[in-house]
Amino acid sequence: MSQTAGGPLDIESMLRLALAPVEPPAALRVRVETRLQELTDLAVEELDSWELSSMRDPRNWARPVVATAVGATAGTALVVLRVRQQHRKRQAASRNPLDLAQRTLKAASTEARRLVQR
Amino acid sequence: MDPAHKARLDREFSDLYRAHLRDVYSYAYYRIGNHHDAEDLTEQTFLQAYRHFERAQAESDGRPLRPWLIRIAHNLAANLYRDRSRRPQTPIDDTTELRTQHTTEDLVEGRDELARILHSIKELPDERREALIMRFALGMDNREIARAMGKSDGATKVLLHRAIKQLEGIVTAA
Repeated sequence: MSQTAGGPLDIESMLRLALAPVEPPAALRVRVETRLQELTDLAVEELDSWELSSMRDPRNWARPVVATAVGATAGTALVVLRVRQQHRKRQAASRNPLDLAQRTLKAASTEARRLVQR
Repeated sequence: MDPAHKARLDREFSDLYRAHLRDVYSYAYYRIGNHHDAEDLTEQTFLQAYRHFERAQAESDGRPLRPWLIRIAHNLAANLYRDRSRRPQTPIDDTTELRTQHTTEDLVEGRDELARILHSIKELPDERREALIMRFALGMDNREIARAMGKSDGATKVLLHRAIKQLEGIVTAA
């Protein structure tokens, strides 16, 4: 795959930016985990002769894990962190996808500029 | 089924879910183009995966199960389109996170290019768009993408190359 870094158009870098991973909403986590737990419980009921306690432990289902690997510089990490902290506000204020993407870029630009000015 | 075996499967599925919820959601979101349907697709993907987890695990021969999960999502998304007989409303209605390192100038100059990328991705054939989503949104390597799409490693490499070239052409011409 060709890299065009430094060229007029670094398409792969732009793709990484445009297709950044999307964090699932907290409500979705609850919904999916509830449904999965229901499925587990159904299976347990069908197997009533079994030892239920070993299968019904709700701790088996995941809780949100707050662990973000930051492989960039501390400055960039700070920019990303601040931009992400403001994401919900931008999402609420945005009119459409492009508007949100532009707001995100603008916020990152502002944060980066603040760091540079320090 | 032995209760201890069942308990172990549930634990392992829970690990799989934790590890790949974001991957499945990201795929679903970029594939479908709106959060509502992406949430439904993600939920259905994990429910279906749970039902077939034991067999998939046995057949995986120790290989990672992410491609299998994405393949389920892919099939469900295809069914969704078939049922509704419609295309995605928009390929992207949100961009939530910056992962790469940028200078201020990069970001300012990149705004127009990002807009072009966002508009151009939807012009790609589905298969090419999916390959790009797997590579750039999920960070999957060629082998994983090949497994998810049911293709050979070589065919996947060519697919990705052509997808990027075509996108580059669209963006440049825009």
